[in-house]
Amino acid sequence: MNKTLRSLLLCSAFALAPLAGVQAAEGKTLRLATEGAYPPFNYYTADGKLAGFDIEIGQALCERMQVKCSLVAQDWDGIIPALLGRKYDVVIASMFITEERRQMVSFSDPYQKSAMTFVVTKDSTLNDFSPQALAGKTIGAQGATTQADYLMAMFPDSDVRLYPTQDAVNLDLASGRLDAQVGDMIPMLDWTQKSTDGSCCRLAGEPISDPKYVGEGVGMAVRKEDEALRQQLNQALAAIIADGTYQAINDKFFSVNLLTLEQ
Amino acid sequence: MDWLTYLSFGDAGWGDELLQGLGVTLALALATLPLGLLLGLAVAALALFGARPARALALAFSTTLRGLPELLTLFIIYHGVGMGLNALLRWYNPEAGYLELSPFIAGVLALGLVFAAYSSEVWRGAWQALDGGQREAGEAMGLRRLTIFRVIELPQLLRLALPGLGNLWINLLKDTALVSVIALSDLMRMANIAVGATKKPFLFFLVVCLAYWLVCLLCEYLLGRMERRANRGQRMGGAAA
Amino acid sequence: MMELMMRFSGQLLAGAGLTLQLTAIAALLACALALPLAIVRCSERGLLRWPIRLFVSFFRGTPLLAQLFLVYYGSGQFRAELSQLGLWWFFRDPYYCALLTFVLNSAAYQIEILRGGLRAVPYGQIEAGVAMGLSRFNQYRTIILPNAYRIAFPALGNEIILLLKGSAVVSVITLFDVMGQTRRIFSQTFDLSVYLWAAVLYLLMTSAFVWLWRRLELCLTRHQRLRQAPTPVTAPAAKRVSAGVSL
Repeated sequence: MNKTLRSLLLCSAFALAPLAGVQAAEGKTLRLATEGAYPPFNYYTADGKLAGFDIEIGQALCERMQVKCSLVAQDWDGIIPALLGRKYDVVIASMFITEERRQMVSFSDPYQKSAMTFVVTKDSTLNDFSPQALAGKTIGAQGATTQADYLMAMFPDSDVRLYPTQDAVNLDLASGRLDAQVGDMIPMLDWTQKSTDGSCCRLAGEPISDPKYVGEGVGMAVRKEDEALRQQLNQALAAIIADGTYQAINDKFFSVNLLTLEQ
Repeated sequence: MDWLTYLSFGDAGWGDELLQGLGVTLALALATLPLGLLLGLAVAALALFGARPARALALAFSTTLRGLPELLTLFIIYHGVGMGLNALLRWYNPEAGYLELSPFIAGVLALGLVFAAYSSEVWRGAWQALDGGQREAGEAMGLRRLTIFRVIELPQLLRLALPGLGNLWINLLKDTALVSVIALSDLMRMANIAVGATKKPFLFFLVVCLAYWLVCLLCEYLLGRMERRANRGQRMGGAAA
Repeated sequence: MMELMMRFSGQLLAGAGLTLQLTAIAALLACALALPLAIVRCSERGLLRWPIRLFVSFFRGTPLLAQLFLVYYGSGQFRAELSQLGLWWFFRDPYYCALLTFVLNSAAYQIEILRGGLRAVPYGQIEAGVAMGLSRFNQYRTIILPNAYRIAFPALGNEIILLLKGSAVVSVITLFDVMGQTRRIFSQTFDLSVYLWAAVLYLLMTSAFVWLWRRLELCLTRHQRLRQAPTPVTAPAAKRVSAGVSL
């Protein structure tokens, strides 16, 4: 490729640089991205700060790795594209490790295990969650999630609705717009048992643990070329599990151990 | 009176977050305005006085962007330009750093392009409404083209285009709400976050609507005053009607 | 890029169907609603005029997205009350919520457009109607409304295009219109070209509509065209983009 042309294009890219805010790639801060709409894993507090299990694990990892970290909130739909676009370096947002995502990014070792579950309102009479029984019913899930993939693939005869956030799905299940929703086990347990608005609803049916959709658990996503960073994260994760930091954070949020799913 | 608690300032309520969001909304609209105005003027000039291919290009720009949903334009810019810039940079030098296209910049670019497309039509209409004899008079006086534009045309263009541009400004203010969908913490998104935490959608979305309404009414009032001032030298029944 | 289109063309076209359907139904219902309100808005009775002014101002002064959220998620908060009134089936469905929002929003814009049209009817023609002893109803039917709609026609077309484009926001309340399908496909493939295909689809829809509307306009104004035939057609002045919220 012609060197002059390259330089010219680069110059034009740099002309845009002040507009876009260039930052150095090396060192400095590690940027973690999360969604901020997935309590108790990641959410906003009333004073507008990000908090939750994912965030505390992320901070513990950063401390262990002795790097400065910053937090970025990113909508779920765009969370992988923006990682590839180098908006941030690590996604720590309770993301299932799946084959489809593996084609785009690489994952750390799992830092949670999970399964999916159906949730219905307490007065619901639904007890059969086979695709035949749910034909014609309205089922919701958050878009661009494994739950959404599962519903789209397994329930072609149901009215599947996909929402931008889990909060929106919960809102519509509670208001009765949905006959059922499929959600991630732990946050659904938490929502139905601990929150006042979640008291409308209960878990139903068998946990869905089809490895095709749930994969090996929940991991942190990094760009494929950042293998060194992935290794660092894995080492730090092993370290905080070994020294009890992980357990302490775990107990702050959940009664079950997230690595084993046991009480 | 629990709704007052929800809207209060401080850690318990969402009043301060909503106000911050409103600040971001206004900042976004204000940052977009100069880009949209200048680019629109340039496109209008091309469409009127450019060479044939330039005219076609200007027309295509304006037609395309006015035919696309603003939300789609926003997604294309946000996902597309970010990836494109970084791909370009890495193609030149794989070790290079990265450019970050923040939601704010993406919003300014997308809304600025849309504003430019619409405002180019307003500028073009205003330009055509100018008396061509004035330009000829300027040429007869030996003024350069740029001077004619600056001294004779621009002041009148501003007056003629003001009502149309005022409308576009109001539209821009409302369109900023779309940027909440790509994670900019504007008024709309802050309300969404508040709803997620409090489960009081009606209250927060109503407050958001009222806030936008208030801002729009205020702008409308100010624009009306600006128009009256711009037209103060005009005979009624003419361009001022 | 072609391969992607082949794989997902069915979904995108289904989305286009929903977009067109929503826009068409909302525009028609809004048109029916706007006519009486615009007439009342122009009447002398201030008591009736004010609520309409408020309605128009509110819907034109707030973002469509915020209105949609208010109707959709806001109504969910009043499920018990709405059930008692027997209205919950309506608000339960995101499609009806979107339709209601669009009808109200578009009606607000159409009232303003029609008001301009009504005002622009030459007064001499109405006086001629009065002189001929036409009833108030017949004045409207034969003189005022045909004139007003012809004058307002281009602006109404613009409004419908804005509605078509604005309908993209329904994707955030789970409807799979063009935008909704596009976002779903993007989240499966992370392939940007799907957005470009969506852009092509929207451009096709808007330009087809512009073409159709021009034909209709020519048809409506053919009597004027004959009279003005000798003067060459000049480039159109700037279209007035609907906005403005003044009370």
